[in-house]
Amino acid sequence: MIPSKAVVTAASPTEYHLPLQTLVDSEGVAKTALAIILDDLFASGIESAAVIIHPGTRDAFLQAAGEHAERLTLLEQGAPRGYGHAVWSAHEFTGDDSFVLLVGDHLYLSDERASCVRQMLEVAATHDGCISAVNPTHESQLRYYGAVAATRVPASPSLFLVHDVVEKPTPTLAEQELIVPGLRAGNYLCFFGMHCLTAGVMEHLGEEVSRLGEGELLELTPTLAFMARSEKYLAAELGGQRFNIGERYGLLRAQLSLALAGPHRDEVLTDIIEITAHSRPGCQSS
Amino acid sequence: MSKLLNIITSSDPEVRDTALAGACSELALPELLEECIALDQFRRETGNLYERVRALFFLSAIHRFHLPSKLDSGQVGLIPFEGQEHLLRRRFAEAIDVFHLAVAEQGASESLSSALAQSYHELAFQALAIQVRRSVRTVRGNQWMFRMGHPADHPLSFVEELVGPASGGVRRVLRERTPVRMDLSHAGWSDIFFLGMDYPEGARVLNVSVDLGVAGHDHGTRPPIEAHVRVIDEPVIALTSVDLMATARIGTVGEIFDFGKDALGLLKAAVIASGVVPPGIEGSGQRLENLLERMVGPGRGIEIVSWVDGISKGSRLAVSTNLLAALIAVLMRATGQTEALTGILRENERRLVLARAILGEWLGGSGGGWQDSGGVWPGIKLISGVPAREGDPELGVSRGRLLPEHHVFGEDEIPESSREALQDSLVLVHGGMTQNVGPILEMVTEKYLLRSAGEWEGRKEALVLLGELVECLKQGDMKALGQATTRNFRGPIQRIIPWATNLFTETLIARAEEEFGEDFWGFWMLGGMSGGGMGFIFAPARKSEAQKAMSRIMQEAKDHLQAALPFGMSPVVYNFSINHSGTCADLLDGKMQLPESYFQLQEKPAEGGRRASEVRSDQGALQLLLEENGFDRASHEAVRADILAGRVGLESNRLSPEARIEDVSPGDVLEKTVQSEAARAEFSRLGRESLAAGEVAVVTLAAGAASRWTGGAGTCKALNPFAPLDGSYRTFLEVHLAKSRKTAREHGCGLPHIVTTSYLTHGPTREFLEAVASYGYEGPLLLSPGRAVGLRMVPTERDLQFAWEETPQQQLDVQQQKLRDSSRSALLEWARTCGEASDYTDNLPGQCLHPMGHFYEVPNLILNGTLGRLLEDRPQLKTLLVHNVDTLGASVDPVLLGRHLEGDHGLSYEVITRHLADRGGGLARVDGKLRLVEGLAMPDAGAEFRLSYYNSMTTWVDLDHYLSLLGLTREEVMADDRFRLGRAVRELAARVPTYLTIKNVREARDQGQQVTYPVAQVENLWGDLTILPEANCGYFEVERERGQQLKEPSQLDNWLAGCSEFVRNLCEWE
Repeated sequence: MIPSKAVVTAASPTEYHLPLQTLVDSEGVAKTALAIILDDLFASGIESAAVIIHPGTRDAFLQAAGEHAERLTLLEQGAPRGYGHAVWSAHEFTGDDSFVLLVGDHLYLSDERASCVRQMLEVAATHDGCISAVNPTHESQLRYYGAVAATRVPASPSLFLVHDVVEKPTPTLAEQELIVPGLRAGNYLCFFGMHCLTAGVMEHLGEEVSRLGEGELLELTPTLAFMARSEKYLAAELGGQRFNIGERYGLLRAQLSLALAGPHRDEVLTDIIEITAHSRPGCQSS
Repeated sequence: MSKLLNIITSSDPEVRDTALAGACSELALPELLEECIALDQFRRETGNLYERVRALFFLSAIHRFHLPSKLDSGQVGLIPFEGQEHLLRRRFAEAIDVFHLAVAEQGASESLSSALAQSYHELAFQALAIQVRRSVRTVRGNQWMFRMGHPADHPLSFVEELVGPASGGVRRVLRERTPVRMDLSHAGWSDIFFLGMDYPEGARVLNVSVDLGVAGHDHGTRPPIEAHVRVIDEPVIALTSVDLMATARIGTVGEIFDFGKDALGLLKAAVIASGVVPPGIEGSGQRLENLLERMVGPGRGIEIVSWVDGISKGSRLAVSTNLLAALIAVLMRATGQTEALTGILRENERRLVLARAILGEWLGGSGGGWQDSGGVWPGIKLISGVPAREGDPELGVSRGRLLPEHHVFGEDEIPESSREALQDSLVLVHGGMTQNVGPILEMVTEKYLLRSAGEWEGRKEALVLLGELVECLKQGDMKALGQATTRNFRGPIQRIIPWATNLFTETLIARAEEEFGEDFWGFWMLGGMSGGGMGFIFAPARKSEAQKAMSRIMQEAKDHLQAALPFGMSPVVYNFSINHSGTCADLLDGKMQLPESYFQLQEKPAEGGRRASEVRSDQGALQLLLEENGFDRASHEAVRADILAGRVGLESNRLSPEARIEDVSPGDVLEKTVQSEAARAEFSRLGRESLAAGEVAVVTLAAGAASRWTGGAGTCKALNPFAPLDGSYRTFLEVHLAKSRKTAREHGCGLPHIVTTSYLTHGPTREFLEAVASYGYEGPLLLSPGRAVGLRMVPTERDLQFAWEETPQQQLDVQQQKLRDSSRSALLEWARTCGEASDYTDNLPGQCLHPMGHFYEVPNLILNGTLGRLLEDRPQLKTLLVHNVDTLGASVDPVLLGRHLEGDHGLSYEVITRHLADRGGGLARVDGKLRLVEGLAMPDAGAEFRLSYYNSMTTWVDLDHYLSLLGLTREEVMADDRFRLGRAVRELAARVPTYLTIKNVREARDQGQQVTYPVAQVENLWGDLTILPEANCGYFEVERERGQQLKEPSQLDNWLAGCSEFVRNLCEWE
């Protein structure tokens, strides 16, 4: 079943500003990261989206959403109680429906004609359970991502059946439990920051929230691991790139990629070469 | 099909377990040679590692034991040096090809078989070691560490609990506390990796994790191993070993991989094996600072401290492996590689620590068995080998996996009452002996692969006994347990390796039986051999009394055997308790909780971890010893000047490169086979008559310190109870006296037996002989104390370099070679710092002196009056049989004596055909003149390989002729004019070359730790008398059994198989 709802998380008290930053999209139009994400979602067929925000940031998000503000539901996460809790904050919005889950600090650039979200929805059209977008990630990056133990789905080169989900594994654990046949040595299937989740996920998160003690955090990974054990859970390797705009030079990389993917490619390339030619190590900014 | 190949490849266990010896005994020489060809072809072609290794061991054993006895004993072979060069460079396969070519050219011979035996043996162990290494690298969880080569790729970072400050603003310390392990049974050393991987069904170990305390010193017990780690504000890795009193601050990646530089190799191995500095980054040229930044943040570093409380080396409790495991565990926790930062580990984490510890041991160039990390697990456990299954990297390569499985016994299997019963009846001790268990593990592996009949039966029995031990534990029946461990020790263990016991252990067991009778329930050998860590099981009511008694008994036995066996420390009795949690960690706020010595070390770090030299020699005692032993200061200074000027040195030891070194010509040597029965009968008659007339005396040279036998521990070789013969442990001296006893009785004469000694051996030998009533020797038994002594010197850099670079050196296994290279640069620095050719006085007085070489042994008889007194008693004395203490087969054989007398030579030297291991010169024609050439004097490394005969050092000396060389008469000897005699000896010494040699000397440290230093000494050698034309030397060949020297414990197995029967037949013990 193809979901029509999407949830975007942007509630981190320290990083909520990330989706509010302005970039120039691949068409040369200045937009916030949030607007680029929403463009992508709505262009792919999503009808409504909820953004989980930090209290007190509502106006900024509404402004950042631009033309999409009207189709947006903004939900405040009262206190930071973990990523799983942030997702659960949208349980009323998603109701009994499946939904697409994105993180607000990631931008995606598709290698194909269909956007990354679109590719994901195409998989969802053939599968009723949870789907997580993944991409092969070098072991040196494992500290940043959740990873899956999975086997390939026969005759579907980009689909994997997930057996387990581990948050930020060490390379030691990854080598013992997360090796996926066919990947290069030292590479593992890590989350792409994009999921298509069922109502069962919200239900399980709800049970976990009811058990959550004072000061405890609820993460999403244990629930995903639970789903992997209890139902057919797929991972899909999408044709595209992911940019974490929260990491050092992440915004720069995202911007360059967007610019090089559009009609101003030559202009940007020329600028890069010029900057490179004039650059000297150790130069001070004025 | 080849009969022997069938044994290797058969799927029928009964055929596969056929003993090689039995199969070979049925084969005639041509068939055996055919089998060798088939086996060699097979080992080249088969893809199965263990079949190949077994074929190699078969070939080695055939060439060592089975072929020589079937060969024509008259065939003399020359071992090509090219093959030896390959061996030194660890190119064993190439060496084998060279030796095979030589066989094709010269025909099969004992000499070439010895070379082939050695080459096949080495190739087999190399193949096994490569496989273990490969398996260690391919263990999942270890592979990534070999891929990581750049700091930017480092996937680990320290956990926030350690990086961030605690409440007081000071960073926390993570502490790992780990018990040691003691094994109730290793089922015949079945935890050796090679065995476990080939015979997983038979690889079973019962081991217990224990906390310790020193009885009479500590209250209660505690995990004896601690490892601490914390983040520091300096971009270095600071390492400290509290017990070794060593510390270092490491600022480069290269230093981490420099294991031999200091005493911190184990800590470095842990840093690497835990993934903190992964092995893949070695040699990458990357900066440690960048790596640390990625893990703990910019400008920060890590401090790692290890502390082993109160256990010394040789405890057989696997202290070093468990320390390595503790360090790895704490670093894995710190980098988030475990589920929990504190508390106990999960089972899969323990297994990973084990795999990493194996990796660390390989990196550090050591390696125990796979049970050694037992302290990581709690309580009592059965560790078993596991057959390789689908998905294992070992599948298709070996029958078993590298890593075993651990079954920790629960309370429902072994109740608490049983565990308490064990604690209440076991007296755990460290006897104080420190020995290298390595040779024993090699012997076990070889015997297993050959399926030697006794060994194989023993192995099966050990497995049954292991089951019995488990049952005793379940029942809590400690008396039965004691009986079973004793049966294990007396039965399988000693059937597989007789050398697992020794006179010290046997003395302790006998004394415990004597003092406690029925209440002594049994003996329990810990680890690979006895003498160090051991267990004695007593009735619980008497345990406290037994602890005190064992302390006393061990001290008394050690005092008695101190000079004969290598003791590294005083015996200790431990308190112990079973540890129920295995390795466990906690977080400490702030300061390291460590002994005061740690803080002192931090205030005044020792350079490079190796403590600056401490003057440990009592200078007064040293001076006295020098004076007592005739030290000649003037000559010493002259030698020093010569060394510094380069006139005396390893290079100048050598003959001129122009010297023509040729093998003997026909007729130079009286060969053992070239004599008629009639000639033999005549020799025999002459010999018997001379013996009966009392014209002969035996001189056993026993001044040496057994440096090769005990690795430089400074014991007396003559007094070493080296092997059980006819039911008792026999010392070298007892064997020599037993031979003289039998000769004397057979010929109705009192055969004088002189034992030469030195400052090192005289006192202990005299006391020992008094204690054993001279073994009841009837004839005159005289000790001849040394009268020539030198003072060791710090070697010059030139000589050290020459020793390491210009003389053929055995290249080691990759990791061990790295270790050796780095320790050599530290030793060069030591030599420079101490001062080249300065006196070596930084050790016990006895270790600073050295005997001046066996040239002086017979002159000493003259200088110390021994010969004079003997001549007064026996004016008819005509011949001396002079032999080395380690030539066990040397005896006054009437036929050989007759040969010597008939030949009318001044000195008749016995030679043997060369085996590969016979190194150190030989009989040669030098520029056409026949003489013995010492190995030190060979102009090039290959020269001695062109010589057919090796000097066994056994010499028949015509007394008058020898005295004429000194320009002395019997009357002058008896007149005992010391000045006249001394001058005569000096004049003769001046006519033979002076050699400089480098010897390794151990320096004892705390906790049984020892450091070995190379020191220089000068010597004159007995064989150089053959240079003097007027010495009128003759040479005759003797059988291998007679001429074989026993230099190292690793030769014992072969000696037992090849020579012991011959020697026993020469002896009469009482």
